[in-house]
Amino acid sequence: MKRKNVCSLVLAAAMMATLAGCGSGGASSAAAASSGSASGSAAASADPIKIGGIGPITGSAAVYGIATRNGAQVAVDEINAMGGMQFELNFQDDEADAEKGVNAYHTLQDWGMQIVYGCTTTGSCVNVAAETNADRYFQLTPSASSTDVTAGKDNVFQVCFTDPGQGTTAADYVAEQGLAKKVAVLYNNGDAYSTGIATAFAAEAAAKGLEVVSNTTFPDDTNTDFSVQLSDAKNNGAELVFMPIYYTPASLVLNQAKSMDYSPIFFGGDGMDGILAMEGFDTSLAEGLMLMTPFNASDAGAADFVAKYEAAYGETPNQFAADGYDCIYAIYAACEKAGITADMSHEDVCEAMIAAFTSSDFSVDGLTGKGMTWGTNGEVSKAPMVVKVENGAYSTM
Amino acid sequence: MEKLKRMAPSTRSSFITYGMVIVAYAVMEALLSGGLLKSSLKGLLVPICAYVVMAVSLNLTVGIMGELSLGHAGFMSVGAFTAVIAAAALESTVTSGPVRLAVSMAIGGVAAGLVSLIVVVPVLRLQGDYLAIVTLAFGEIIKNIINCVYVGLDGEGFHFGMKDAASLGLAADGKMLLQGPMGAVGIQKLSSFTAGFLLILLTLAVALNFIHSRAGRAVMALRDNRIAAESVGISPSRYKMMAFVTSAVLAGLAGGLYAMNFSSILAKKFDFNTSILILVFVVLGGMGNIRGSVIAAAALTVLPELLRDFSDYRMLVYAIVLILVMLFTNNPACKTVFARFKLGSPAKKEAV
Repeated sequence: MKRKNVCSLVLAAAMMATLAGCGSGGASSAAAASSGSASGSAAASADPIKIGGIGPITGSAAVYGIATRNGAQVAVDEINAMGGMQFELNFQDDEADAEKGVNAYHTLQDWGMQIVYGCTTTGSCVNVAAETNADRYFQLTPSASSTDVTAGKDNVFQVCFTDPGQGTTAADYVAEQGLAKKVAVLYNNGDAYSTGIATAFAAEAAAKGLEVVSNTTFPDDTNTDFSVQLSDAKNNGAELVFMPIYYTPASLVLNQAKSMDYSPIFFGGDGMDGILAMEGFDTSLAEGLMLMTPFNASDAGAADFVAKYEAAYGETPNQFAADGYDCIYAIYAACEKAGITADMSHEDVCEAMIAAFTSSDFSVDGLTGKGMTWGTNGEVSKAPMVVKVENGAYSTM
Repeated sequence: MEKLKRMAPSTRSSFITYGMVIVAYAVMEALLSGGLLKSSLKGLLVPICAYVVMAVSLNLTVGIMGELSLGHAGFMSVGAFTAVIAAAALESTVTSGPVRLAVSMAIGGVAAGLVSLIVVVPVLRLQGDYLAIVTLAFGEIIKNIINCVYVGLDGEGFHFGMKDAASLGLAADGKMLLQGPMGAVGIQKLSSFTAGFLLILLTLAVALNFIHSRAGRAVMALRDNRIAAESVGISPSRYKMMAFVTSAVLAGLAGGLYAMNFSSILAKKFDFNTSILILVFVVLGGMGNIRGSVIAAAALTVLPELLRDFSDYRMLVYAIVLILVMLFTNNPACKTVFARFKLGSPAKKEAV
C-alpha cells in the first residue's frame, strides 16, 4: 500500500513539473520556430561567429530568459542582414539553476562556441563565470547583476547595473530630488537581487541624510500579504517606500496600500519593469509609481526595435529583451574593433575582446543607455534612468 | 550451511554492485585520459556522484526503514554549507586539496548527522504521512535558516550574524563565507571525479553492510511488522535512529562533494524540488534496491542533458519519459522478465 502511495505522489509531482514547463514552453513556441529558421539562414552564409547563450527557458524565471533570448535574436538577425560579420546564437536552457547553468555551458562548449552570452540570472551566472574564467571564454551578461558575477574575473562583463550600484543610485536620486526625508525599505530577504539593492540603498540613504524609518522584509515563498510591512511604514510616517522587488509581489503591495489608504511615493528597481503589462493588473494602482529601468519601450529611439520584436514574438519587449539586444550589439562592436574572425580559437577571442572592451575609446550606444563603457572590473558605466508611471504609461524623468 | 546458502546471493549481489561502479569509473577515467569524453558529460561526473550517494542514502530511510522522507535535501544543504565553511577555514592549515576536501566533507557529514539527531526526535514518534510532513517542514526550515545566516572569517576567527554583512564587523582582510540569500560564493573547486567515486564506494559499503547486518535486518523487521518485531525484543527507537542518522550523514557527505564542485551555492537549490528529485531516483530504482538507486540516479541526471535537442519541450519530454519508465518497471509482465535476469534479488522487497 505504502509503495503505491509513494508512486502516485511521485507521479503527481512529475505531472506538476510538466505543467509548469508547459506554461512557459507554450508561450515561446512561436519564438522557437522563428529563432530556428533564423539560425538556419545564418548557418547558410559563410562562417558565423558562434555565440552561446544561457538562460532559463523553462521554470519560474522563464519569462526573463525568453526575453533575453528573443532580444538577442532580434539583434543577431539585424546584424546578419547587414552582411559582413555573421553571428550564430545557440541559446540553452538553465532553468535558472546553477548546476544546470554549468551543464548548459558544457553543452555549448561541445557545440564549439566562441563567446558566452549570459547567463540571465545571477545564481547561474556566478558559477558559469567561474568556469569561463578558468577556460578562457569571453562572457557578457545581459542581466546577472550581482557583483559576485564579475569579482576577480577579467573576462566577464555586465550590461546591466550591479545590485549595489542600483541601490546607491536610487538613494542618491531620492536625496537629490528631495522626494522624501523619511523612507521605508521593503524587500525580499530570500532573494539575492532584492537583498543586494536594499542593503546598498539603506547604507547610502543614511549617508545622504535620509532617515530609514522602516526596514521590513518578506520571505521568498510567502509573498501574498504585506499588511504588516505596510502598517509599519505607515505608522513610522514614511513618505517614500523603496521596494527593490519583482513586479508580481509589487502589484500586491500597491493594491494593499490602497485598501489601507496609504499613499506614499513607491519607488522600485528594474525588477518592477513589466508591472503595467501584467495580466489582470489595474494600472491605475501604479499611478505615480517610480522605478529605475534602463529601458522605456515608448521612447522614440526604441521604436524600431519594439516594432521588430512585436512582429516576431507578439509582445512588447521589456528591459531584459533590450539588455539582450544591447549585449549582442556590444559584442558586435567589440568584434569589429578587435577584428574577430570565425576561425579564431576561443582563447584568442577572449583576450582580444577583453582588450577591446576595456580600451578607453570603446563605447556603445544602446537602447539601455548612451555611451556605455566598461572598466577592468567588468561593470558597466552608463547614466541611470528613472521613469514614472503617468496615465498608465512610463514617462522618462 | 543453511545460513551460508542464504547469504551467498546477497553477497554476490553486493559484489556486482561494487563491480558495476568500479567498471563505470574505470571506463570514464580511460575516456577522460584519452580526451574522448565530451565536456557536457565531463561536467556531469561530480554531480552524478553526489546524486548517487544521495539516492543510496535516502534509500536507507525510504526503502529499508520504510518511512517516506521529503526533506533529504535539507541534510545535503547542512553538509554542503558546513563543508564550504570548513574548507575555507582550513585553507591556510591544510595545503593539500584532496585532504582538505576529505576533512571538510567529513565535517559536513558530522554536522548533518548532528542536525538529524534533532529531527530524529519527532521521527521516532511519527509514521507514514505525518513523518513525511515533518521531514518536508524540516527541509524548508533549513532553507530559510541558511537564507538569513551571515558568516565571515578574518584573523580573529569566525563571525556570525543574522542581520547583514556589515553587522559582522569583519576586519579589512576578512572574507565573507556565507551571505544569507546570496549564498556562499568564491568556493574553491576541490571536488573531483575520483573523490566522488571513493565516496560512492564508501556509501555502498556502509549501506550494503548495514542492510545485511543484524541492525539492518532489525530495521526491515520493524518496517514489515512493527508489533511482531517489538515482541521479539527489537527496540524501534534504537534501530530507526541508527538508519536515519546514517542516512543523514551520508547525505551531508554528498552535500560537501556537490558544493565544492561549484564556485557558489545557494540555499534555494536544496529545496523541496531537490528532495523530490532524489525520491524519484529511489522510487524509480526500486525501493530497497541499492543497485537500482545507483543506476536511476546516474541515468536521470544525464537524461535532461541528452534531451537538449528538444529545446523548449525538453522538460515535458523528461517528465513523459519518467512516467513511461515508472509504468514500464511496475508492469507485472516486465517484472517477470527482470526477475529472470536477476542474480539473487538484493534486499528482498515487501509485497505491495
